[in-house]
Amino acid sequence: MRVQLREIAFARSGDKGDTANVGLIAFRPSIYPVLVQEVTAERVKQHFEGICEGEVERFELPNLRALNFLLHRSLGGGGTVSLMLDAQGKTFSTALLRMEIDVPDELLEGRDGETRTPRKGGE
Amino acid sequence: MADSRDRTDDAGGPTQTDLWRPGAAEPSPFEIAGMGAAVLEPPDDEAATPAEQRDPKPPADPAEHLVRVASGQGFWGDWQEAPKLQVRSGPIDYLMLDYLAEITMSIMQKQRERGPDGGYARDFVQLMAELAPDLLAGGVRVVSNAGGVNPEGCRAALAEAVSATRVPRRPRVAVVLGDDLVDRLDELLAAGHELRHMETGEPLATIRDRVASANAYLGAAPIVEALAQDADVVITGRSTDTALTYAPIMHEFGWAADAWDLLAAGVVAGHINECGCQASGGNTLVDWRRIDLTVPGYPIIEAKPDGSFVVTKHPGLGGRVTWATVTEQLVYEMGDPSEYITPDVIADFSTIRLQDQSNDRVRVSGVKGRPRTDKLKVSIAYHAGYKAVGTLTYAWPDAYDKAEKADEILRGRLRYLELEFDEIRTEFIGAGACHGPLAGPPPDDLPEVTLRVGVRSADRNAVAAFTREVAPLILAGPPTVTGFAGGRPRVQDVMAYWPALIDRGVVERDVRVETTEL
Repeated sequence: MRVQLREIAFARSGDKGDTANVGLIAFRPSIYPVLVQEVTAERVKQHFEGICEGEVERFELPNLRALNFLLHRSLGGGGTVSLMLDAQGKTFSTALLRMEIDVPDELLEGRDGETRTPRKGGE
Repeated sequence: MADSRDRTDDAGGPTQTDLWRPGAAEPSPFEIAGMGAAVLEPPDDEAATPAEQRDPKPPADPAEHLVRVASGQGFWGDWQEAPKLQVRSGPIDYLMLDYLAEITMSIMQKQRERGPDGGYARDFVQLMAELAPDLLAGGVRVVSNAGGVNPEGCRAALAEAVSATRVPRRPRVAVVLGDDLVDRLDELLAAGHELRHMETGEPLATIRDRVASANAYLGAAPIVEALAQDADVVITGRSTDTALTYAPIMHEFGWAADAWDLLAAGVVAGHINECGCQASGGNTLVDWRRIDLTVPGYPIIEAKPDGSFVVTKHPGLGGRVTWATVTEQLVYEMGDPSEYITPDVIADFSTIRLQDQSNDRVRVSGVKGRPRTDKLKVSIAYHAGYKAVGTLTYAWPDAYDKAEKADEILRGRLRYLELEFDEIRTEFIGAGACHGPLAGPPPDDLPEVTLRVGVRSADRNAVAAFTREVAPLILAGPPTVTGFAGGRPRVQDVMAYWPALIDRGVVERDVRVETTEL
């Protein structure tokens, strides 16, 4: 099933100069390998097209079932140089959670009966 | 040391703070940012163990010795009640207060230039004056980087403030000096230390005349020394944020300076504490609707001699500590997790093991570290021109189109006035300013949109001229505009950040600790 990352993972983001970091964390242990396979540095770079002007690096933290992404040249110069509203990259977390990936149906079963939450206004 | 701190535990019966607790009887389907329920399972790779006792008395078994380091401030401007609640709502041994972000030093430097009595966190002085009786009576010691670029000025202000306060005894205050390199820069450059930018590789000489502040990040050693000198309050300048938490733990347990795994565990504890409430429910995406943040408890580290620790908070306060809140903070501002470089150790965050013990307790263990490097990081700020940001809000109908039109007019006028900028950036708040193209095209029927235009230039006059061009759009621009009550935008100095490395010995030979009774 194709799902938005926000349904299977959560995230927090911050800055280091002109680089934004996004930590992506799987709700369930069984989802982590899917994130490793699907949410590659290339896909994240593509996802942030028009926002991230540098390369994207990815690091794995299996113990925390988390992936850490560094999005270089993404914050309009960073720090106080940046003119961006979100110069510290605080909202990059949910921007990544917009991404859609394919997840085997059986991994989505048993989520207390709920599956996808309909979005306001339909899709 | 904390025997007298357990009075709140002895009070018995519900206290006022119980009112702030989220309803325990209310089961919480985990919910993320209003997206509906999601299954949230704690890591289950370790067998559950009973929660440690919160016994403030030193245990018979040294392995059970606990040191509690509470986080009270995560940045300059954080909630002033948080440190008071940490001290007054339950037993703690140390209170750490972090005031310094990368750019804070340059702001403080500017304040010091205006007068010798500036350049540190004034909030801290007021806070200490108010808390001193509690701290001294309870034996709670304070470690803070509130000294900014002027730790001695901070100490002087503290002495004055405390002299007007009734305290059980005079506090011993230590200052850590020697991180400030701004007056040594020419000497260092002449001696061949190029202080090249860590990312671009450019030598500092290219911007030397524009440097506003330069501070080396110091590690735990001077803080440990100050604590060994029985300081009640340790005031540092640019110490690392993490050292404020693990220096007290090193001191209490006598950890060696080359106990890499233990120090790395301390760094992880410090990383969890350094952003205040961000580890105890603040800014947490998971279940955010149900976390009571009105009067939150900030995180507390309960450290053990073996390097394991529990992240918790005072019961009776709001906030929440779960594996999810802790994991979110662990990945915050993370670079390469296997190489978290500090002055004292390189910590490997990929080795962290978490165990959610429920009841706002998360155990952290298994952290590995590697030997420190022979360099220290230097944080340099330099003048990089001026900027200003103006906003105007347009109402339905066609709010987005009106804001877009106003931007077009504004840019046309800047051209008409032949003003030039290094950058002009337009954003439409309410229509994709945060997520840009990922937000998709704005819906037709937005109730309002805020136009936000920023400019940056080396020429202050150009930026000042821009600030005069925003307000005229109110009468000479698209209709139904509001949101200009703040007046003209302010011209701001742009301080750019220049991270560099320097040989450790060059800095450390000048680091010193002064402990005095106020």
